[in-house]
Amino acid sequence: MSTATHCPYCALQCAMHVEPGPDGAPAARPAEFPTNRGGLCRKGWTSAELLSSPERITRPLLRTDRTGAFTETDWDTALDHVAAKLADLRAAHGPDAVAVFGSGSLTNEKSYLLGKFARLALGTSQIDYNGRFCMSSAAAAGNRAFGLDRGMGFPLPDVASAEVVLLAGANPAETMPPMMGHLTAPRLIVVDPRRSATAAYALEHGGLHLAPRPGTDAALALGLLHAARTQHLLDEDYICARTTGFEAAWRYAAAFWPEQTEQVTGVPVHRIREAARLLGTAGGAYVLTGRGSEQHATGTDTVSAWINLALALGLPGREGSGYGCITGQGNGQGGREHGQKADQLPGYRRIDDPAARTHVAGVWGVEPEELPGPGRSAYELLDALGTEDGPRAMLLLGSNPAVSAPGTERVRNRLSALELLVTCDFVMSETAAMSDVVLPVAQWAEEEGTMTNLEGRLLRRRAVLSAPAGVRTDLEVLSSLATRLGQPAERFPDRPDAVLAELGRASAGGGADYSGVTPERLEQGEEVFWPAADAAASTPRMFLDAFAHPDGRARFAAVGHRGAAEEPDADYPLYATTGRMMGHYQSGAQTRRIGELAAAEPEAYVEVHPDTGARAGLEEGDWARVVSRRGATLARIRHRADARADTVFLPFHFGGAQAANNLTNPVLDPTSRMPEFKVSAVRLEHADTAPTATPGGG
Amino acid sequence: MVQHPARRIVVIGNGMVGARFAEEVARRDPAGGRVGVTVVGAEDEPAYNRVLLPGVLAGDYAPDDIRLPVPEAPSVTVRTGTAALALDTARRRVTLDDGTGLDYDDLVLATGARAAFPPIPGLAAADGAPEQGVTALRDVADCRRLDALARPGGPVVVLGGGVLGLEAARALAERGMRVSLVESSPWIMRRQIDRPAAQILAEQYSALGMAVHSWRVAARWIPGTGLELDDGRVLAGDALVVTAGVKANTELAAAAGIETEHGVCVDDTLATGDARVHAIGDCAQHRGGGAGLVQPGWEQAAVLADRLTGTRPEARYGGARPVTRLKADGIELTSMGEAEADDTAETVTIADPHGGRYAKLSVREERIVGAVLLGFAEPASAIAQMYDTGTPVPADRLALLTGRPAPEAEPQGAAAADPTVCRCNAVTRQDLETAWLDGARTRTDIAASTRATTGCGGCTRDVDALLSGWNGASPLAAT
Repeated sequence: MSTATHCPYCALQCAMHVEPGPDGAPAARPAEFPTNRGGLCRKGWTSAELLSSPERITRPLLRTDRTGAFTETDWDTALDHVAAKLADLRAAHGPDAVAVFGSGSLTNEKSYLLGKFARLALGTSQIDYNGRFCMSSAAAAGNRAFGLDRGMGFPLPDVASAEVVLLAGANPAETMPPMMGHLTAPRLIVVDPRRSATAAYALEHGGLHLAPRPGTDAALALGLLHAARTQHLLDEDYICARTTGFEAAWRYAAAFWPEQTEQVTGVPVHRIREAARLLGTAGGAYVLTGRGSEQHATGTDTVSAWINLALALGLPGREGSGYGCITGQGNGQGGREHGQKADQLPGYRRIDDPAARTHVAGVWGVEPEELPGPGRSAYELLDALGTEDGPRAMLLLGSNPAVSAPGTERVRNRLSALELLVTCDFVMSETAAMSDVVLPVAQWAEEEGTMTNLEGRLLRRRAVLSAPAGVRTDLEVLSSLATRLGQPAERFPDRPDAVLAELGRASAGGGADYSGVTPERLEQGEEVFWPAADAAASTPRMFLDAFAHPDGRARFAAVGHRGAAEEPDADYPLYATTGRMMGHYQSGAQTRRIGELAAAEPEAYVEVHPDTGARAGLEEGDWARVVSRRGATLARIRHRADARADTVFLPFHFGGAQAANNLTNPVLDPTSRMPEFKVSAVRLEHADTAPTATPGGG
Repeated sequence: MVQHPARRIVVIGNGMVGARFAEEVARRDPAGGRVGVTVVGAEDEPAYNRVLLPGVLAGDYAPDDIRLPVPEAPSVTVRTGTAALALDTARRRVTLDDGTGLDYDDLVLATGARAAFPPIPGLAAADGAPEQGVTALRDVADCRRLDALARPGGPVVVLGGGVLGLEAARALAERGMRVSLVESSPWIMRRQIDRPAAQILAEQYSALGMAVHSWRVAARWIPGTGLELDDGRVLAGDALVVTAGVKANTELAAAAGIETEHGVCVDDTLATGDARVHAIGDCAQHRGGGAGLVQPGWEQAAVLADRLTGTRPEARYGGARPVTRLKADGIELTSMGEAEADDTAETVTIADPHGGRYAKLSVREERIVGAVLLGFAEPASAIAQMYDTGTPVPADRLALLTGRPAPEAEPQGAAAADPTVCRCNAVTRQDLETAWLDGARTRTDIAASTRATTGCGGCTRDVDALLSGWNGASPLAAT
């Protein structure tokens, strides 16, 4: 018996069949779908393995002393304990004493209900999610430019017919291999300090690799705009008819003439001119950004600089060209629309907008005044845990901040300072292992739900098999906690379709309008892209007639280049940048527990130029201690002759002593509150000892 | 809580550095709670990017295109068309030419520099104003003046073969002028490059249609005719562009009793002898040098903004490591540090006069101390960054000049014997062959049994080639 569903991991949401394999355990194989075109990467192929993992948690785990071991318990005991503790803390310290932390991996239904749970059942403003670490800069810049953020405002197959695609800080050949199937025809311009797999592909196929110094992407984008203008490549008619603010934006780009751009970024002048010419003369062109450009304390402005370039060339809001951000997490798009973000209500509404509050309160059957206001952003929330004014308890779903948050040593300390940490997970992630209560929840293939992929396309995940006995869904957990906290049961439905119907009403009239999305449409295989305001509506391509600002125009942002918050110096002479590798996903909590993936990449490594390694006395295969002002991480040396001598790279999929985020800088973008994951100053030392193995390979 | 009044900062000069200082302040103090900045500029024009004036000459930019951003911050006020007449450091007050005055807590001199005309007959009138047909190239007005003087096809003489002179000459040639360039030093760009490089550069200029006359002193300017040289030759010219150096505008400071030499003397905090008066950019003289280039001025603006807004009161300016990058279409020239390093440096030199290429890289203690790179566009940017940041150079210095080192060594051992074909799914050639032996004859069969080709799809062609080889060689293929 085979069931068609979608991969649990990234935002491509590749289609797959899950069916019993030769050994009877569920196995995945690829299915035809517009994003993956019948392909899967090794993560997708092996994804079903976790469903029958012996590491699966199937009973609620509870402990009253965090130094002690967990004991298995029944659901009523666990939920009663959690609800009583949450109610006590709220009574003693006010509703903001309890925090909620969500995830871009949660379905639309879960994201929605989690936001509602926080605002109504807990009454707390203190909710945010790990998407803040992924998509927030692109989302903020997209909203600023277009009036609405849908990562890609067009179906992914559109890019295949373009002549040129610029990828800024994106490495799909490594992180989303099936996406490369759409990029075989266009010439690629890859912007990345590393000679990534995608950069190498571009060079082998007649494209360009522009390798800016870490933290200087904005300068490069400004320089490309400058070079495009002096080569008379701007689309003046489009700028005039469809945008505002070009002159103010140009003033900043004017300071990045090619030679100046070269000095700041290290990208040679002739490459800057060539890239501008390629983009500006292409019949169809796309500018796509990824985390490499976005995960900076200047991420929003940097994405704005890329969007400015796209606008000046007349790309967005036209068929066959455009700007897009390559959303990372499985539901990174839907997860940022329906209210698990500190400043947001369902339908991509702002929580400080009185009309939005009235509408959502109406759907929820409460008074607008009952809704809390905006709360802390993800890192600020984690940073406040257990402090005088901060939350004293946290409920965590679908995330592993002990590995994935910046400056994880501090974050682990904050998590330890909580009076109550409740984690919903299906394996013992690093953060679950720090918890007081672990609630075992269903995995992706054991429940229904909808996801919104990187294109803004709605899709349905189907239940392939039933969850093991003793496991509940996230929706069931939220519903049963809500009733224990005094909420009427009908306010917190635990069936996905009932939640989707309510989400539709709550989002109606908002930017991300899902009111016309029904399970039936998706079951029938209809292609549905939001906004979908009625049962026939779908919007594959956004902004063809007008942008979402009141005047219908896109807005240039007057942004300059500010640089990294921390530059190398005598004590920390190297840049460290972090990223992903083919065989692991995010914090690795899932993929490190899959035998084939763990065997291929069992441990952290650090890519260094051989000269850089030699200066630190480190040979290929040695264990290095990489040290920043925030902490240290252990990683095995991998020499890369094509690496920048001033930059080392670490994958961030490993935990504990091997967590790359032990190094990263939690300084935040002023608009998106994105931490500066992509640039920290470090030094290399010889590690005295190899790290000790821990469960899950970390 | 007592609200402290914002500290009053007055900036004299609305050029590239003064305007940048205001921008840096606005970025650090967007609400204007800490400081209030008033920028006073003598020109009527809003601040613009002087570095791009040769581009305006060449027609790459309209004059409006090179305007600088005006910070939209409550903390910043800009008054154009207003000159500062006098500075009273005791009362901390600047007198302006509109009859008003400004009190300050901190004063920032960003008065820049002006063109210095060499004492050659016919260049300037007694009052210092340029004579007929003569212009400097310091501001937009000069560009307009030159536009009016010169016509495409007509002759123009550029006096001074430094960076600006060479850029102006190239820009005028792009516009179709017949350009002669005169330099009194033994070679052009005397301060930035060595003689062999200058020779090749001069040949490139000649190839682009410009005549370069090095080590020639001008005797006099004859309006309507041209520039007469000390050997009696006359270079025809409708216009003479004087790019023979600049003089810092120090008069305001000097009259107020502040120490000046070539420029207004400043220490590492960018303060003058009066702790309340600071100087940045071309008017400032710092022990680390750097005047005349914009990058050091911008760095000074950032440091001073850090200090005066209290963002980083400990910030210091330690001197510049300027990199010169000639902006001349068709010519790739980068220079930095010591062009003629002595014997204590290890120097790699590549001279290719025929190919118009020259590279010289000087290293001490693994750090670059100087480089001249003509026609080495690709490595120049990396070398400039190593110089700028003091990063040690790679062991193979020649490779640094000739391009990236050779790619990683060919795979050895197991990887060579059994190469990976499908990277996305880690499928080796041996895996594919095993699948074929087990009966997989088509790409679909192979994908189902090995997963090869299902990731990025980049190996599809390789897998097809292997299959067709095996299928063709096997009698089973026919069945």
